[in-house]
Amino acid sequence: MKNELIKSPGLVKNANRRQFLKRGTLSVAAAGLLLVGCNDEDDPIPMNPGVNLGSGDIGILNYAYALEQLEAAFYAAVLEGGYFANASAEEKTIMGDLEKHERAHREFFKAALGSNAIESLEVNFSSIDFNSRNSVLATARTFEDLGVAAYNGAGQFLESPDFLLIAGKIVSVEARHAAAIRDLINPGSADFAGDDLIDSNGLERTLSFSEVLTAASSFVTTPIDFSQLPS
Amino acid sequence: MNLIKLLDKMCPDTQNSEQKDMFFTRREAFRQFGDFGKKVALAAVPLSILSAIPRVAKADTESLIGVLNYALTLEHLEYRYYQLGLDSGVIEGGDLAIFTKIRDHELAHVLFLQEVISNVLGGDPVAEPEFDFTAGGNFSPFTDYPTFLALSQAFEDTGVRAYKGQAANVMESDVVLTAALSIHSVEARHASMVRRLRTKKGQDDIKGWITNASIGSLPAATQAIYAGEDNLTHGGVNVASLTGIDSAAVAEGWDEPLSMNEVLGIASLFLA
Repeated sequence: MKNELIKSPGLVKNANRRQFLKRGTLSVAAAGLLLVGCNDEDDPIPMNPGVNLGSGDIGILNYAYALEQLEAAFYAAVLEGGYFANASAEEKTIMGDLEKHERAHREFFKAALGSNAIESLEVNFSSIDFNSRNSVLATARTFEDLGVAAYNGAGQFLESPDFLLIAGKIVSVEARHAAAIRDLINPGSADFAGDDLIDSNGLERTLSFSEVLTAASSFVTTPIDFSQLPS
Repeated sequence: MNLIKLLDKMCPDTQNSEQKDMFFTRREAFRQFGDFGKKVALAAVPLSILSAIPRVAKADTESLIGVLNYALTLEHLEYRYYQLGLDSGVIEGGDLAIFTKIRDHELAHVLFLQEVISNVLGGDPVAEPEFDFTAGGNFSPFTDYPTFLALSQAFEDTGVRAYKGQAANVMESDVVLTAALSIHSVEARHASMVRRLRTKKGQDDIKGWITNASIGSLPAATQAIYAGEDNLTHGGVNVASLTGIDSAAVAEGWDEPLSMNEVLGIASLFLA
């Protein structure tokens, strides 16, 4: 899945890039962000002011809220597309459920964050063919696997046991989704919990804030400042 | 091993003040280990790193050991169940890839937890208990495939709830928490797969996710595994009221934890 960690301009504001590079906490991702930074400075693009996730547990909840916004927007678009219109009964049920689950997650985080919630993100799904089963399922797999790795990676930075529990309640549902989507793509195989995600200790991969937001950046046009998240 | 012995092993006595002192000193040591761990936790906690952790990490942190021995007990149960299932020939050929993979994961979890408990925390991993997967002659999972699938689902859904219930109890260590979360989501993937497999075979009409607190067509004895899964309120917010989304879908969207005692009560049905 490393090939999905493509960089897109506009995700991270320049100041954040510098701060991250200075801190030296990013290795692989930092290299990519640096390239993006150079491009922006050579060729200034009018930038959306973007959102700032904030710090501490609030920042992490906003991070989850951002991901749930992306997933909810994706499934809402799936339900409008040609794939869904002609899907099997089983796949219609799954897509309908996933749309409701992700919308419920999104609205929950928005309510829980209250005035600390980031604005709604603008998404760009131009790379997805909503009439194509392959395109929709491949993107769903990317988002669901990404969500699991994001929650698994963020858990250790939460201070509040209550928030940790809430994240735990959601991440296992994302993992249930991911397994179902993977089984739709390759039925009856071991892909539902494939070796591309799970190591020889039986542990699923985790991804850092920057890895996740970089992977998501090809679908999100609103710049996201995550420089205050814990590290 | 009976349940009481198991519980004794998991809930060490720290009433004694000398023990308590030791415990807190060790906890402090482990916290420092946690800071170190933060830097490596984003990698998948390979065993080479765990065994390279300095002496301070060998602090005998009783509460972490207790939680991990509890997890290890459940992993022993799952591993033994799938190994016996594969050995028995009860699994249909078309499903062997699925159950071989699940068996591999459960075995990896057993070995990983044993390694962490003994070589990182300096504790004694619990021995594998003796299991009775017939639960006193009530089930025949190794001769009847629908029963094998039903108990598999029961174990996986229980495992998800068990790990979730312990997350806050291992927060102290970033490495242990991250490892536990990384096992938790694997169990959830297993659960989703087995649930959908049972529906594909016409044995149930459930989905990969848990609707309300429904046991579907599982035996009534499994009700405790799903009790409370119909919760709609998180962080004080009733999400069904908030969103207008039907409560079945909202209940599906959040999995619920179980306490150690609740899980051991369920697991005790299968202890010899």
